[in-house]
Amino acid sequence: MKAYSAWNVFLNGLSGQKGWTRAWRDPEPRAEYDVVIVGAGLHGLASAYYLAKNHGITNIAVLEKGWLGGGNGGRNTTIVRSNYMMPGNREFYEHSLKLWEELSHDLNYNVMFSQRAHVTLLHSPAARDGAARRYNTMRLTGSDGELWDLPTLKRHIPHLNYDADARFPIIGATVQPRAGTARHDAVAWGYARAADQRGVDIIQNCEVTGVDRCDGQVSGLQTNRGVIRAKKVGFAVAGNTSRLWRMAELGKLPIESHKLQAFVSEPLKPLLDQVVVFGVGGAHFYISQSDKGGMVFGGDLDWYKSYAQRGNLPLVQDVAECATSILPCLGRVRLLRHWSGVMDMSMDGSPFLCKTPLNNLYLNAGWNYGGFKASPASGWYFADLIANDRPDPVIANHTLERFAQGVNIDERGAGPDPKLHG
Amino acid sequence: MLRIPCPFCGTRDHSEFSYGGDASVDYPALDAPAEAWLEAVFQRENIDGVQEETWQHLHGCRMWIIVERDTRTHEIHSVRPAHPGMAQTQSPERGPADRS
Ligand SMILES: Cc1cc2nc3c(=O)[nH]c(=O)nc-3n(C[C@H](O)[C@H](O)[C@H](O)COP(=O)(O)OP(=O)(O)OC[C@H]3O[C@@H](n4cnc5c(N)ncnc54)[C@H](O)[C@@H]3O)c2cc1C
Ligand SMILES: [Zn+2]
Repeated sequence: MKAYSAWNVFLNGLSGQKGWTRAWRDPEPRAEYDVVIVGAGLHGLASAYYLAKNHGITNIAVLEKGWLGGGNGGRNTTIVRSNYMMPGNREFYEHSLKLWEELSHDLNYNVMFSQRAHVTLLHSPAARDGAARRYNTMRLTGSDGELWDLPTLKRHIPHLNYDADARFPIIGATVQPRAGTARHDAVAWGYARAADQRGVDIIQNCEVTGVDRCDGQVSGLQTNRGVIRAKKVGFAVAGNTSRLWRMAELGKLPIESHKLQAFVSEPLKPLLDQVVVFGVGGAHFYISQSDKGGMVFGGDLDWYKSYAQRGNLPLVQDVAECATSILPCLGRVRLLRHWSGVMDMSMDGSPFLCKTPLNNLYLNAGWNYGGFKASPASGWYFADLIANDRPDPVIANHTLERFAQGVNIDERGAGPDPKLHG
Repeated sequence: MLRIPCPFCGTRDHSEFSYGGDASVDYPALDAPAEAWLEAVFQRENIDGVQEETWQHLHGCRMWIIVERDTRTHEIHSVRPAHPGMAQTQSPERGPADRS
C-alpha cells in the first residue's frame, strides 16, 4: 500500500498515475474474529481503526450490509464543532475536535477538514445571555468560543439579512472559530483505508440478519455470507439500532428512528466562508458552502418516525424559507439534490457508548443530528470500552441506564421526546 | 406529502397535522412504581413496519387521531379518532349544562 504524498503523486506522474493500488482490500469473511463491529459507517470504521492503533487488536471485521459510508456517514451536512455544555459531552466533543485537527495526518488521507468557524446568529438579548453562558461554560474545559457584536459580524459576513425590518433582526453571533466542516466521504474512506492497512477486514454487502445468544453472550452473528463468530461484538448501526437490538432479543431502547434531510444547491462562486446557523422562533437552519461551490444546508427532522431514507416536501419549503430570510441573495439559486438519512434519535439527545445486558456486546448509538463531528472520539472511546471492558470516565454517563438514574444529558432541555432534540 | 384521511375533516396534507408519537404507550397510574414510568416515558419499541401513532389535526379540527402507518414505506393503513365519543361532547346542540 503506497502512502499518499506529494512526492508519490509526482513519482506516479512519471508513469501516468498508473502505480496506485486499491485503497482497501475486499476480503472474504473468516469464521471467527476477536472483535466484530456491525456497521461500516464513520463510527464503526473509526472504532476498528482505534482498536488497531491504540489497543493493538487487529483481528477485527467490520460488517456492512451495503457499501461503506452509504448510511448517514455519507449523507450529513458535515458540520464539526464542540460547543456543547453538559458535563461529559463537553469533554467528549472537545476531544473529538482535537482529533479532527490532526486527522488528515493521522490517517494519511486528506479529509479536507476546514476550520472555517461556526457562527450561530443571535436575535435577542436573552438569547445572547443564554449563549454567553453556554460559551463561557465550554471555555472552562478548553473549547474556544467568542461573542461577536453586530459590527464584527457584519465585517466577517457582510451579506446576511441585516434589515431592521427582518422578522428576527440579527443582533450578533456566538462563534466557535476552530469549528468547521470536513469531506464526509473522505472521512469514511480515510478510516477504512487506515484500518485496512492495520489488518482490519472490512466486509461490504454483508448484512447481519440474526444474533445468536448463549449464556448471556453473543455467540455468533447470522449474515447473508454465513455465520461469523466473535469474542466481542460492537453495534454501530445508527438508525438501525432497534432492529439489531430486536435480533438480539433485548427488548426496547430509549431511541426512535427519524429522518433528516440535507440539501445542496447548484455550485456557486465563493460566497460563504463560515458555517452559519439560524435558529429562532421555530426556525432551525444551518448552511455552509462546499469546496465544489454547492450551498449545503439542512434544518429540522421531517417530524414523523421513519426507516425510509426518503424525505418529504414540507421541509423543503421550510429550509428554503430560512435560507432566503437570512441570505436573500440565494433567492434565485436552484436546488440540485436533496436526500435523507435515518437518525438514531435518543430520549435526551445524547449518545450511548456503553456495555449492554449481554457480556460481550457493546453499543454505539443515539447520535441524533450530531454524529459526524463525534466520529473520531466515538471510535476512540468505543475502542477503549471494547478493549478494556470498562468506560473511560468521559463516557461514564453515556449509558442506557442513565434515565433510570436521573442523569439525563439533555443539551437542549427538550425533555424525553426524541424528535425535539437536535 | 403524506395525505391523512382525518375522520372529521376528510383527506388533508400532513403539513396540516402535528406528529405526536407512539400510540402504543400507555401511561401507568400516578402511584405506579418508578420502573413502570421509566418504561412508558423512555423505552420505545421503535417499530420498523406498521405502527400506531398519534397525530393532531392542528391546522384543522384540532382533534387527536390514531394513525396506523408503515414506518418503512410511510403507507397509511387506517385512521381513527384518539378519543372516541369526544366529537359528540363538543357538538353545538349540547349546552354547557349538559357537559357538567
Ligand atoms: C441529513 C443529515 C445531516 C447530518 N448533519 C450532521 C452534521 O452537520 N454534523 C454532525 O455532526 N452530524 C450530522 N449528522 C449525523 C451523522 O451523520 C450521524 O450521526 C453519523 O453519521 C452516524 O454514525 P455512522 O456514520 O456510523 O452511521 P452510518 O453511516 O449510518 O453507519 C451505520 C451503518 O450500519 C449499516 N447497517 C445497518 N444495519 C446493518 C446490518 N443489519 N448489518 C450490517 N450493516 C448494517 C448501515 O448500512 C450503515 O452503513 C447528519 C445526519 C444526516 C442524515
Ligand atoms: Zn380534522
